Amino acid sequence: MSAVTAPAEAVRAGRGGILLSWGRRNAWTLGLLAFLVVMLAFTKMIQPRYGPIPVQGLATSVLPLALAAVAQAVVVIGGGIDLSIGSMMALTSVVAATAMEGQSAEFGVAVVLGVLLLGLVLGAVNGTLVVVTRVPDIVVTLAMAFVWAGFALLVRPAPGGLAVQWLKDLVVGPIGNEWIPRAAVALIVIVGVTWIPLVRSRLGLSIYAIGSNRLAAFRSGVPVGRTRFFDYVLTGLFSALAGLSLTASTGIGTPVPGPYTLMSVAAVVLGGVSLAGGRGGVFGPIVAVVVLQLVRTDMTFLNVNTNLAVVAQGVILIGVVMVGSLIQMRRARS
Amino acid sequence: MSVATPAERARNPWLTATAWRNLFRDRPIIPLTGLLLVLVLVIQAVQPGIVGLPWAGVILRASVPLAILAGCQVLTMLTGGIDLSVGAVASMAGFVTATFVNSPGGWVLGVAVALSAAALAGLVTGVGVGVFRVHPLIMTLGMSFVVLGLANVWQLQTVQTGAGVPDPLRWIGSGQSLGIVPNSLLVFVPLAVLILLGLRRTGYGRLLFAIGDNPVAARLSGARAWQVLIVLYVVSAVLAAIAGLIVSGLSNTASVSLVDSSVLPSVAAAVIGGTSIMGGRGGFGGAIVGALILTVLTALLTVVGLPEPSRQILFGAIIVAVAAAYTRVTAES
Repeated sequence: MSAVTAPAEAVRAGRGGILLSWGRRNAWTLGLLAFLVVMLAFTKMIQPRYGPIPVQGLATSVLPLALAAVAQAVVVIGGGIDLSIGSMMALTSVVAATAMEGQSAEFGVAVVLGVLLLGLVLGAVNGTLVVVTRVPDIVVTLAMAFVWAGFALLVRPAPGGLAVQWLKDLVVGPIGNEWIPRAAVALIVIVGVTWIPLVRSRLGLSIYAIGSNRLAAFRSGVPVGRTRFFDYVLTGLFSALAGLSLTASTGIGTPVPGPYTLMSVAAVVLGGVSLAGGRGGVFGPIVAVVVLQLVRTDMTFLNVNTNLAVVAQGVILIGVVMVGSLIQMRRARS
Repeated sequence: MSVATPAERARNPWLTATAWRNLFRDRPIIPLTGLLLVLVLVIQAVQPGIVGLPWAGVILRASVPLAILAGCQVLTMLTGGIDLSVGAVASMAGFVTATFVNSPGGWVLGVAVALSAAALAGLVTGVGVGVFRVHPLIMTLGMSFVVLGLANVWQLQTVQTGAGVPDPLRWIGSGQSLGIVPNSLLVFVPLAVLILLGLRRTGYGRLLFAIGDNPVAARLSGARAWQVLIVLYVVSAVLAAIAGLIVSGLSNTASVSLVDSSVLPSVAAAVIGGTSIMGGRGGFGGAIVGALILTVLTALLTVVGLPEPSRQILFGAIIVAVAAAYTRVTAES
């Protein structure tokens, strides 16, 4: 379906302008990527020993938040928001760690599949409630955050459990070259097999459509309720993946939701996804997550109080959004 | 067959479903108070003899900070915003005050510094939301990071000087006159009257409704939204700080994350109280009852002996149910 719009733009821009228009459409992500490169160079400069091992560690620690950001991006693009992502991650993570404890590697595969299914179910419950009750999604998912966190505590009152070895091996350490962290490969594979087919499908286009203008989408025949439902189901799936990666990187399950919900909102906004919906992708948020984590790392290297890193993250978040809205206002005026 | 004619129905409005629906929509405080009474009856039935004046005092005392925080949410939600920084600001206020106990200025200076810091945070939030048009969710979220981080830095600076919740705060937060009436009402009642009258009777209150209901119309009729919003977020942050002082007095602790767990319940109390997160509809009266309902509900679930996780689950389910009931009655008409 997206093929319908792409040639039209290409014609307008001329054949050689395809790259240019692609660049313009992804300007935010490209800018962020450039910023990331600068950050990496800066990190290398202040800490010359910054090499492959820290990069692997960075990738492993970033993976859960990156997947949480993808989960949030999927629902925000559709014009919604999900404040229960952190809780869903906690629930799926404890279920996985508890079920895998002391089991064989083969059983671990079944657990992973089961947990992904659980994620779909959690998302389906969220989606059904949002669509059927018509309560603003922020309220529904806020309340469901309590519910899922409660279930997580019921499964396991204290952190524990054990991930099977192959799951841990998926995200820890390098693969092939020492500069290629397995976690990064895992992230690329996951996004590659889920997101890229999704944006090219009818559902993906419908999600963008209801996000950018719900009424227009409805009048052009997009089933708004059903699309929103599937949007939340997808968020549930990505949350389950994030929860699994949390179990994989820590080796255990933690029933208390981490800061992932709010951080995912921050990453999505930094990543160029409009909170109003309909704009952005998942690559921007992923880069944003890495940038946020690098800021933290750099401040440790610079011997800055780590608490100031929290301040810096807040300031970056606010600052970037302010600049973004300033640019928009400027554009609207001219 | 005697079917009620429209005229008859008009004479006896209690007969129709529409009348009930209108009541629920226009005066949500009446059915909410009913729900509160039902909860009280249930708790009395579960554990006979528990309900009494001392119990009511304890419930009131626990509800006061939540009600104030819910007030922050009501005010900001009326304009279509939300304030997620109340937890960080409130914790910061309680903590900063505690660090000043042993200083020459004493706790008075501490409270002054805490309130000024909160007002400053609110000012920055207000400028971000009002002038730079940053989404309130993002702005207050970012501000909560900033406030939490700075409070942590402050904690490291002052860790040697020692800290303790000052006695006057303990008296306000956890003291009860005659063994029943919580002293925090001394702070809460004037604040509540101010907010209620402010929303109903003043031009500023109407501006909040106007901006939330229809920002374009408000702008065209001469409202300067950015000024209104800056004042709004300063007020919200100061209210949050006051709530934080009361919480630290109530729990006799001061920590930089003391009030964090109240952020979501404060939104819940406002939503249960009939304030729409989309803006333009709601009031503080409902939020007070909403805070009472949540507190009584927590007490009830404790009495029943449900473990904490099940309590959370039920808590969430009830919020969804109440919000769904609202949306139903307010959407169809």
